Formats: sequence, structure tokens, C-alpha cells
Amino acid sequence: MARITAGVGCSHVPAIGVAMDTNITEQDYWKPVFNGFEFSRQWMKDNKPDVVFLVYNDHCTVFDASCIPTFALGCAAEFPPADEGWGPRPVPVVKNHQKMASHIAQSLVLDEFDITIMNEMEVDHGLTVPMSVMFGDHGVDDEWPCPVIPLAVNVVQYPAPLGRRCYNLGKAVRRAIESYGEDLNVVIFGTGGMSHQLQAERAGLINSDWDKRFLDLLTEDPVAASEITHLEYLRETGSEGIEMVMWHVMRGALNDDVREVHRHYHVPASNTAVGHIILENI
Amino acid sequence: MAKEYDDIPGTFVFDADRSREGYWLNQFCITLRKEECRQAMRDDPEAYLAKFAMSDEQRQAVRDRDWNLLLELGGNIYYTAKLAAFDGINFQELAALMTGVSREEYRDMMLNGGRSIEGNRFKSEWEIK
Repeated sequence: MARITAGVGCSHVPAIGVAMDTNITEQDYWKPVFNGFEFSRQWMKDNKPDVVFLVYNDHCTVFDASCIPTFALGCAAEFPPADEGWGPRPVPVVKNHQKMASHIAQSLVLDEFDITIMNEMEVDHGLTVPMSVMFGDHGVDDEWPCPVIPLAVNVVQYPAPLGRRCYNLGKAVRRAIESYGEDLNVVIFGTGGMSHQLQAERAGLINSDWDKRFLDLLTEDPVAASEITHLEYLRETGSEGIEMVMWHVMRGALNDDVREVHRHYHVPASNTAVGHIILENI
Repeated sequence: MAKEYDDIPGTFVFDADRSREGYWLNQFCITLRKEECRQAMRDDPEAYLAKFAMSDEQRQAVRDRDWNLLLELGGNIYYTAKLAAFDGINFQELAALMTGVSREEYRDMMLNGGRSIEGNRFKSEWEIK
């Protein structure tokens, strides 16, 4: 039986990908951002997943305004990096574990989560930046260390799914994975956040105290964390801070009791507070 | 109808109403992710803009690159950022333009921990200023 052993929370700021792609990670501006991922890259080697289940959002790259699925599960054989206007990121094509993805698609719908099934999909920085920070530099001709099952969540058009809904979806993802026959180690990623606002006159908003409380609550009281209202995200963490609902999918898929083995928090990366956490099931 | 997030200052929540109003504006912006569309926009901006069923006000805001007005008229930042990228403007530079400060001032604000939440939760706090 497949099992989820750990969860990773991680921001997916596009500028972090640009910094890696242009080899400027040693600059004073970027060093503190990347220092916090050194532990994580070693941890990924020591706890090498057979499959990553990665929750992220598309940033009006692949999904235009004509179709806005709340939850879209990647079931294609592979997912090429998308051109977001500056050419595709020079990173490997993401390969799926297609058999497990199909199993999860079926299991989720029967579990009353009516997801959209994507049989062709490109992926933007929302997915590739977490891969890069967690697995380190990989060029176009390399392969990522393991297959990835992507779950795209709408957090662009308000309202995003509620935190509670995301948390419960995480539980359904866990049931799906645990009912898959093969003995595989799965690590689940929840990405996006933390506090940031990219738009209008309040752009640049950061709320570090709130972010740190969120990380505490996520580890210690995930149900309470999942009850945070949309209005609180918008007001306290900026209009784009609502991406944090995606972390609840990750947390819902883990045990109630987890061990926080790593945490990293830094301001800024471009317009955004970078948050990162690794939680192991106890 | 009043919305519970209407009292957040300096913010346009991209909800279903804005999405409806901004549909063609956003669909125009996203085409600029493709080189052939960028070329068409460079060659003849008016002809290219005419292909999309935007309102006159939206079309004028595109011509003026009035970044905040584009949001008010239903644009979403991830779409308008593609118009900005067409002009060679990245997210951080765009944020500086929308907040009315220089690139350097904006970058320094972020390096100093970003815009504080204190005094920036409610419109009423901005009115006092």
C-alpha cells in the first residue's frame, strides 16, 4: 500500500526560479532565501519520495479566463514547463505517475470531491519553483528525481476553495493514496504564500507576525488553521496571501500529530514573504 | 450590494463580478504570453486591441497603461502583468508603478520588511491619513 510520510509547505515566488536560472543565488539579496533550503535538499535525499503529490496554482498561464476549475488533477503522462512570457524555465519536463494519478482521480470523485481531470497540461512557476528549491538545480536535459502528481487549485478568482474544504480534500487524497496497491513513499507539497499583495496601492504588504502564527497553528492545531476565513487572509496577508489555503490540503493529508523537522522564513523575495516548513508524520 | 472585503484599502478583490467585467481585457492580456501575439501587438496595437470585445474605457486604460484603473475595470494582476512584461516591466517594477513610488523606494521598502499591516487593514485608516 502506498503511504504519505511527510508534507512540505513552500512558497513558489517566480523570482526565486529566475534567481536559480540565472545563477545569482549567491548574491547578498538571495543568499538568505536559499540558505533555508540547504537542510531541505539534504532531507529530500535522505527521505527520497517515490512520488510527489504537489498542490499549486496556475497564475493565468495555462488556464485562461475561459475555464476556471477549482481543483484540477494532472493525469497526463508529462507536464512541460510553460512559457509565461519570457520563454519556458530551463528545467526538466515533469513526469507523472500516471497510474497512481488515475487511481486518485477516480477515488476522489467517489469520495465526493468532483475534481477536473487534466489529460494535457503545461505547468508554470507555481509547480516548478518548489521542485527547484527542494531538489536543487536540474537542467532541461536532466530528470527530476521522482514523478509528480500535480493538483492545481484556483486561488486567482475569488473565492478560492475554503481552507476547511482544502483540509478535507487532503484527507481524501490520503485515502486515495492509501488505497493504491503498490508500496510507495509519497511526500505531499502545499505551495504558495506567504503574506503578499502584488496589486494596486497596497502592494508590498507583508505580515510576518501573522505568517509565523500560521506556521505554528498549521503544525499544532491544523483544524483551527483550516478555519481561518477568506476575509482574514485578504485583510491580514494581502490579496495574494490567500494562496495559503493550499497548505491545508497538504496538512489534511498528514496525521493529526506531526513533527516539525524544519522551518524557514524570510522577507523578502521580490514582493513576497518566503515561508517553508517540513512536517513528518509521527 | 456591499461586500465584506470592500473596506480593505488599496485592493481590488478579483471576484466573479470583476471577472465578468474584465473578461475580454484579461483574455487580451494573456495572449501576450505568445511571441506571435506580442509581434502583432508591436506591429499594430490598435488593430490588435480591436480584436477583443473590451469596453472603450478598458481599451483606453490599456493605451494609457493605467495599471490601477485596469484592475478597477476588471483586470486581474496576473493578466495585467503580461501586458507589463510586454513593456519589459517585471512584477516588482509594476508594484512600484501601482503604489506611486520609484523602483528604488519600493525595493527598499521590501528589504525593510515590506509594507506594514499596521494602518493598512481598513479604508478608514487611510482616510485619517
